Amino acid sequence: MAILEVKNISKSFDGLEVLKDISFDVNKGEVLAIIGPSGSGKSTLLRCINQLERADGGCVVVDGMTMFQNDENGYAVYSDKKILRDIRLKIGLVFQNFNLFPHMNVMQNVIEAPVQVLKMNKADAEEKARELLKKMSLETKEKSYPCELSGGQQQRVSIARALALSPDVLFFDEPTSALDPELTGEILKVLKSLAEEKMTMVIVTHEMEFAKNVADKVIFMDEGVIVEQGTPEEVFDNSKSERTKKFIQKF
Amino acid sequence: MSQKEILDVTKILLEYLGPTLKLFAATLVFSIPLGLIVAMLKMCKFKPISWLTSIYILIMRGTPLMLQIIAIYYAIPYLKINENLPVFLKKIVDVVDIKSPNYMFIAVVVAFSLNYAAYFAEIFRGGIEAIPKGQYEAAACLGMTKTKTFFRIILPQVVKRILPASSNEIIILVKDTSLANIIAYTEIIMKAKQQMQLYSSLTPLFIAGVFYLAMTIILTAIFSMLEKKLNYYK
Repeated sequence: MAILEVKNISKSFDGLEVLKDISFDVNKGEVLAIIGPSGSGKSTLLRCINQLERADGGCVVVDGMTMFQNDENGYAVYSDKKILRDIRLKIGLVFQNFNLFPHMNVMQNVIEAPVQVLKMNKADAEEKARELLKKMSLETKEKSYPCELSGGQQQRVSIARALALSPDVLFFDEPTSALDPELTGEILKVLKSLAEEKMTMVIVTHEMEFAKNVADKVIFMDEGVIVEQGTPEEVFDNSKSERTKKFIQKF
Repeated sequence: MSQKEILDVTKILLEYLGPTLKLFAATLVFSIPLGLIVAMLKMCKFKPISWLTSIYILIMRGTPLMLQIIAIYYAIPYLKINENLPVFLKKIVDVVDIKSPNYMFIAVVVAFSLNYAAYFAEIFRGGIEAIPKGQYEAAACLGMTKTKTFFRIILPQVVKRILPASSNEIIILVKDTSLANIIAYTEIIMKAKQQMQLYSSLTPLFIAGVFYLAMTIILTAIFSMLEKKLNYYK
């Protein structure tokens, strides 16, 4: 069953079309990797699905709830605030540069949304946060501030922060691009273990090896369109398009 | 001046420390929240509001505070005798009792607050605009409302960033309070001038100077303590 349905999304910035007719589905428990050169619209796509940008047209449905769909003129019409908010809580986003709250320690970062948004009581939120931090091997860092942590540790805190809301789908926008190779491995390991737990994930990444080994589905994007989508074998080993082949050869 | 005379003058000036501090404190209490509101208006996406706010800031920062104090103090009595006043303005003017013993203090505080709010607004705006967009986006993705994002995520970081510039402004305010004597608001400098004439000596002014220095030292200590306290993160 598709937990995320994306149909014909389009988006322009100042007349420049950055997303053209993008459609794909993500089923529960699936890992989707989105690859492609810089400027191909991968991040914009993620930002549209996470309501950080407004799409011009198309349709996004998360767990049966419609975020927006086309009116008869082909323009995206967004659902009302309440639904958008519910959708927001169903999906989480992990940023390339973490975006942790610098004035809060690790624990405060993780419990902020559960306490402030879900109105969870603080003790319960902390208990859950401790579990998540343990999973991220950060149990000793509860009281540390983001500035005291390495990039890899900060990224793991931000993953814990996103998981604290128990999202149905977790999105990653180039989660390792700001990290050196050693720390990259650290994050990929976390992603892999989340995949093993059947967490539904959509990952924009430049880590081809990772995409090949962990993803159930791969999308290759270029110049705002999906050039190819399929299983890792289909996209990596038997690419139909020349453009895909050329891109993958570089790695 | 003899030692006893110096002591007497110090005691007299100490009494007028009250009006100085009262003006200082009242200005802070009103100008900081007002400054935050002005900063918000200036950042308003509806351009006419942003422009009007810019004009307000330009006038407040572009004309002497002394002039503003005089203008506000004398404007109300002047408007009261003007018969062609629009009704809504007349209603406002009628509320103000210029014969009240507090009128002078209120006029001075209004002038100071309007003036300092303009300066604080620019400091606040700079601080708010310096917060990376990613902070707003992270909060939005976590489902936080705009109000919660501002008060829990943005404002605490803004406070840290604007502390040095604000402490500058607040220290200037301590000394600017002496401008109020232009409309005969009796504070330390005014009293010191009277004592200077009484004793034909510069010493009273020197003592007043020491008072300001002491206040500045205290404020500097408070601000460096606050800065240290907020230094727990980068």
